[in-house]
Amino acid sequence: MKTGKLKTIIRIIASAVVVVLVLTFLTLLLTPKFMSGVTEGAMIAEFYDEEMCHDVVFVGDCELYENISPVTLWENYGISSYIRGSAQQLIWQSYYLMEDTLRYEKPDVFVFNVLSMKYNTPQKETYNRMTLDGMRWSSSKIESINASMLPEEHFIEYVFPILRFHSRWNDLTEDDINYLIDKDKVSHNGYYMRVDSKPVSKIPNGMPLGDYTFGDNAMYYLDKMVELCHKNNVELVLVKAPSLFPVWYPEWDAQIEKFASAHKIKYYNLLDCADTIGIDWNTDTYDAGLHLNLSGATKTSVFLGQILRDECHIKDHRGDPYYEKIWAPKIDFYYEDIEEQKIKYNITDN
Amino acid sequence: MLFTSYNFIAFLSAVIILYWLIPRKARWVLLLVADMVFYYFSKTTALPVNLIYLVSTIVSTYIFTNLITRNANKEKAYLKANKESLDKETKKKYKEQQKAVRRRLLIGSIVVNIGMLAVVKYTNFTISNINSIMGVLGSAHRLTFVDIAVPMGISYYIFQTVGYSIDCYRGKTEAQKNIFKLALFASFFPQLVQGPISRYDDLAPALFESKEFDFKYISYGLQRILWGFFKKLVIADRLLTAVTTIIKDTETYNGLFVVLGMLFYAIELYCDFTGGIDITIGAAEALGIPLKENFIRPYFSKTLKEFWNRWHITMGTWFTDYIFYPLSVSKFMLNLNRSSRKHLGDKIGKRVPVYTATIIVWFATGIWHGASWNFIVWGLGNCLVLLISQELEPFYRFFHSKTKVNGTRIWDAVRIIRTMLIVSSLRLFDCYRDVPLTFKMFGSIFTDKAVINKETLMGLGLEPTDYIVVLIGVIIVFVVSLIGRSGSVRDKISTIPYWGKFAIWFGLFLIVLIFGQYGIGYAASQFIYNQF
Repeated sequence: MKTGKLKTIIRIIASAVVVVLVLTFLTLLLTPKFMSGVTEGAMIAEFYDEEMCHDVVFVGDCELYENISPVTLWENYGISSYIRGSAQQLIWQSYYLMEDTLRYEKPDVFVFNVLSMKYNTPQKETYNRMTLDGMRWSSSKIESINASMLPEEHFIEYVFPILRFHSRWNDLTEDDINYLIDKDKVSHNGYYMRVDSKPVSKIPNGMPLGDYTFGDNAMYYLDKMVELCHKNNVELVLVKAPSLFPVWYPEWDAQIEKFASAHKIKYYNLLDCADTIGIDWNTDTYDAGLHLNLSGATKTSVFLGQILRDECHIKDHRGDPYYEKIWAPKIDFYYEDIEEQKIKYNITDN
Repeated sequence: MLFTSYNFIAFLSAVIILYWLIPRKARWVLLLVADMVFYYFSKTTALPVNLIYLVSTIVSTYIFTNLITRNANKEKAYLKANKESLDKETKKKYKEQQKAVRRRLLIGSIVVNIGMLAVVKYTNFTISNINSIMGVLGSAHRLTFVDIAVPMGISYYIFQTVGYSIDCYRGKTEAQKNIFKLALFASFFPQLVQGPISRYDDLAPALFESKEFDFKYISYGLQRILWGFFKKLVIADRLLTAVTTIIKDTETYNGLFVVLGMLFYAIELYCDFTGGIDITIGAAEALGIPLKENFIRPYFSKTLKEFWNRWHITMGTWFTDYIFYPLSVSKFMLNLNRSSRKHLGDKIGKRVPVYTATIIVWFATGIWHGASWNFIVWGLGNCLVLLISQELEPFYRFFHSKTKVNGTRIWDAVRIIRTMLIVSSLRLFDCYRDVPLTFKMFGSIFTDKAVINKETLMGLGLEPTDYIVVLIGVIIVFVVSLIGRSGSVRDKISTIPYWGKFAIWFGLFLIVLIFGQYGIGYAASQFIYNQF
């Protein structure tokens, strides 16, 4: 090969390397880190760091990731679980997260929170990004993006996030440097913990709706969930988590009950069981009824764990060294976080 | 399909790759298909309506120009065959008869095409004026406005095809016998939405006879496109927010803010329009097709006349070649010349036809920009300044001879600033789009005392960092313009060592990527000149 040609090839390769390195660095720098403030955006990606040995995987929105504590399920029932939840997670996003989960492991049960049935079309770009950016690339992610995009969104902005987040050059913080490559854990197996409390002051009556029928698209994905679980021999359990807002209408509940009964799947409306669970709306919520705090989530998890153990026959892994080894650091982190939050919110033990 | 959209980038990339891969003979067909795809995905009105206008222009121009050329060829053949038998007088008479036939054909072509443009662009403007007149006359009757959407690029493709028809009539060019090739000339996608307005003789050879592949076409084309993106996305679209805020809130932003708005709009319009043209020329260049430059550093102009020789050049020369000159030598103007000289004397009389033609051209230029009085007043305002400058020419010569300032750097700078002020002041008609309001806001510069400080600047919708980006961007554009005075900047860059070139172009790419105003959070901003 002539020297000139070789020189050109070396230049092209060197230029390509520089381009890739610079663009990768800028992408890492400009993409939001979600390490403080709104940390929900970092939760979906955390799943991939897990040891894939979950009996139960929860999929759904904030009603799951703020109301169920996997550590409680472990401590009380030896259930190994994970919540693949994100803010306003739409049903098709939950479906594709189930598909995605099945690439890595096969849980015994998928628990889906049905609140997102109220949404039939994509809602907010911000929430889309928080759910979708954290997913690893696969056909499920591609299909989830296509199903979720709003008219103003472009697929290429998911492929190259710098196209979406380029304007953050003006809002960079220390976090963007500190968490350029490695990120802290922000959740406890997908659970977003809050120890503070804010009592419910008013229980709202929902505005009457013109039509209570769930949309075609939402129903289509609910059918797909049933099919996916059936095909993979995973039990699907539907729940309505105990949150007072947004309103869960009896008409919606009836449709879910009818669907569950028709498909012979379990459905538990935990909001209706709030008294049995023992939720005290004065002390067990941190935002006046939208989401539960640690106390409420612990009670709900104890209640739900019993169902999972008794009705779904999930095995107790306590005492199994493999599982104990996995859960020990998680429990330490859990209680450290509780203590830190108590200091942060100035909470003293009575 | 906006030039700054992902779709356009993907579309253009595909066209460039395919264009250089397929056999040369088939390339013009690919371009025609690309035109149709581009037109389909850029539809601003329902597609059939959009296409009907374009197809009508192509078909009518094809028929009329071919009849014109056929007549001219018939004339030539007849005269050649009867060279010996016809006397001079008979030949002359025959030529005049044939020319009259061709003129009628040309008029037919112009009536169809300009008529179409007039109907879609000026019907509602005409109705609005008729209604106003009826109101003044005390009539309660009002005409109803019609719902006509202006098809994309109609002003550009009609001007281009009308120019071609006139060239055929003048015997400057032969009519294109292949209607699909004519369609390609009329609808070449890079220039379809905002020009430049090309001439058939310049564009057609490059469109129909593709060149051998040379990587320089692609690299130079992409460099030019990148430069266009820089001006449009980093500077123009950033300033758009501030300009819009100043224009929309006339109560708050008067006085010095009007001057600030003039400055910002001057920068925004320049970067928007020249940025768009850079993308156009770059896209064509990447296909090995050279297009005429539409701007030559217009803000370095020392007079308004010079400015108009450097700004939107292809539009200016179109009006000069196809309206001003024919009008100046028309029978009507010759009669007007004779009559005015007779009644007003030689000195004043000779000016009447020139003034009349100039006023008509500037009226047409104004109304071409938009069907509203603000554009007409803007056009006539330019005309007025040009005519006054012309009349004051002896005074300037006298002044220059006495002061010896002419040619000095300071005097050149004064003249450049003066020209900028005139251009920007006249553009207020474009900004406010309302003639009385424009005069009011211009007057407020001298009467109102709005305060410009950090706080009020922040109120314009830009952050301090945005002002810094704009400032640096403008400095870059200015420096590049200065360097460009002594030849192509890209040629100069191409001579520097590889890693220097790489740093410049990759650096520019990163600037556009990071600081460009695009994506979610930014409303995709249409190019200003797409509207015309």
